[in-house]
Amino acid sequence: MTDLTQRRLLQAAALITLATAALVGCGKKEEPAAAAPAATPAAKPAPLKIAFAYVGPVGDGGWTFAHDNGRKAIEKEFGDKVVTSFVEKVPESADAERVIRDMAGQGNTLIFGTTFGYMEPMLKVAADTKGVKFEHATGYKTAENMRTYDSRTYEGAYMAGVIAGKMTKSNTLGVVGSIPIPEVIRNINSFTLGAQSVNPKVKTRVVWVGDWFNPPKETEAATALINGGADVLMQNTDSSAVLQTAEKMGKRAFGWDSDMTAYGPKAHLGSAVINWAPYYIKATRDALEGKWTTGQAWWGVKEGAIDMVSIAADVPDETKKKIDEVKAGLKDGSFAIWKGPIVGQDGKEVLKKDEVADDKFLGGINFYVKGVEGKIPGGK
Amino acid sequence: MESYALLLAATLNAGTVLALAALGLLLNEKSGIVNLGAEGMMLCAAIAGFAAVVHTGNDWLGFAAGMGAGALLAALFGWLVIWLNTNPYATGLALSLFGAGFSAFAGIAYVQAKLPERTQWVVPVLGDIPWIGPALFRQHPLVYVTMALVVALVFWFGRSRSGLILRAVGESHESAHALGYPVRRIRLAAVVAGGALCGLSGAYLSVVYTPLWVEGMVAGKGWIALALTTFATWRPARVLLGAYLFGGVTMLQFHLQGVGVDIPSQFLDMLPYLATIVVLALISRNPDWIRVNMPASLGKPFTPSS
Repeated sequence: MTDLTQRRLLQAAALITLATAALVGCGKKEEPAAAAPAATPAAKPAPLKIAFAYVGPVGDGGWTFAHDNGRKAIEKEFGDKVVTSFVEKVPESADAERVIRDMAGQGNTLIFGTTFGYMEPMLKVAADTKGVKFEHATGYKTAENMRTYDSRTYEGAYMAGVIAGKMTKSNTLGVVGSIPIPEVIRNINSFTLGAQSVNPKVKTRVVWVGDWFNPPKETEAATALINGGADVLMQNTDSSAVLQTAEKMGKRAFGWDSDMTAYGPKAHLGSAVINWAPYYIKATRDALEGKWTTGQAWWGVKEGAIDMVSIAADVPDETKKKIDEVKAGLKDGSFAIWKGPIVGQDGKEVLKKDEVADDKFLGGINFYVKGVEGKIPGGK
Repeated sequence: MESYALLLAATLNAGTVLALAALGLLLNEKSGIVNLGAEGMMLCAAIAGFAAVVHTGNDWLGFAAGMGAGALLAALFGWLVIWLNTNPYATGLALSLFGAGFSAFAGIAYVQAKLPERTQWVVPVLGDIPWIGPALFRQHPLVYVTMALVVALVFWFGRSRSGLILRAVGESHESAHALGYPVRRIRLAAVVAGGALCGLSGAYLSVVYTPLWVEGMVAGKGWIALALTTFATWRPARVLLGAYLFGGVTMLQFHLQGVGVDIPSQFLDMLPYLATIVVLALISRNPDWIRVNMPASLGKPFTPSS
């Protein structure tokens, strides 16, 4: 029995005796980067200890899975110069602070927190442990020893839109949304803009489930969208349930965050994936070489952080070519997704002709563009 | 119009999950036992059923595994509550919490597992009728089995000797005991059968409805089922109607959102419980109602005085 399963068994034993849900799987594992060399000729510097706090299980097939691939990429890149570990399913509550403080206490000097909700806990720990560098995903607050990083998921959503606009027969697209924050609204809008770039007639319907990871609700929402006439679906939630529902009901859908081809081979049109490896490798290199400074990073196709992969065979070549053009344009900066004229749902122009949105504008999107139906929950 | 047919179909499907579990709990409660462990039993059954289908590729073995898991946990619960006279509410809650933790642990390996391709069920001839076909006759067989089960339960509780004995045990365990019926064994049988139905519901959820496994995927459906038995004032037909009603509310909400009507899903999530409280308040105002409908010995401990 491996160490891993043994620990899990112990956890379960604890659970059974205590019958309490509070302890469920804060599984903690340490994985040495590589087998230690048999003999070290000269005294080497101690490896950099890096810890990751994940919000979901590494087996979610989506968000956390993608982060864990980034962690593995660090190990591959730096070998025995680093030791990485992770704690999965850390709730976005007071527990997060305890877990992150614990990580710092165990000698980790570079700590990644991979969900928005760790922002305040990480800030608190960062203030107390100045020697440790903190990397927080998707947040907006920084400190002297804490910086943020995010990926431009809307670029993937735009590319999915280009494919969806071409492949839809009903001209009705559906998006299963999680929580109406700017990031998700931006993705819905970008998806719609992408579809409109090849098919001006499309409209997008949105159903919100109020959760990042709730497969039964995601299934119900996807069913409702398909029943309402949508024939191509995208989701901004973390599971593969939407793709699987499309597969079951003979419609098309996309993978999100990770390549999800296997979950719905017939329905799958492509996967908008996040590749955290380039950023994680850069951050680790910064720390190793003493070049780490605070800041905010927002990486996309240009830096290799976002991609559209495993595009279905029946997507026409012209569309595949268009995707390649979008990628090339994003890479060399000749193309911008949020470039005017862009009109809001209410018909008012939000970006004038040739005006390109800056990151501040993108970070505060709280409106639907024209072509998206319905209202943002709690919005105006 | 077509979309309303599909909405109705989705409602029947969603209602079946609730109805199966609620009928199981009804069976428990008719015998005088309240089992708050439905959520935990459903979760364990969901992973048991899912795992069985992953390994065998046969949905029906999955349902059997789910029923087995539900029955096993219910038997444990029954032994504790009926023989050892533990507090049924505390024991049921413990079962729910245990089930949530244990299913998460047992399911680690299955989080990313895939089921073989799902079958689309269509009733021959009837399934091809416009509107009515897609609405009613393209469901999984268990949807119809659930309807048949309700009819069977109505007759069994009302007309059969064994059904009446079960109700007698739930109404007055002392009298049933005096008449020579093995109260504790009858209750255990009802609890195990009820657990099996909750298990079937859990397996239906992970094998047919969603269909995938993630921890905590029952997401409160067990509690809604529990509320349903009270909402339906312990009548099987009303349980089914209530299940379709609550299932329909969920689907309708997503449907409305899809066409642009804004209702917060959080508001609708609380509706089943609100409705249950209203029904409880109503039936409590009228003692006759309670006497007619609620098993008189519900939740009372029984120790045979022989």
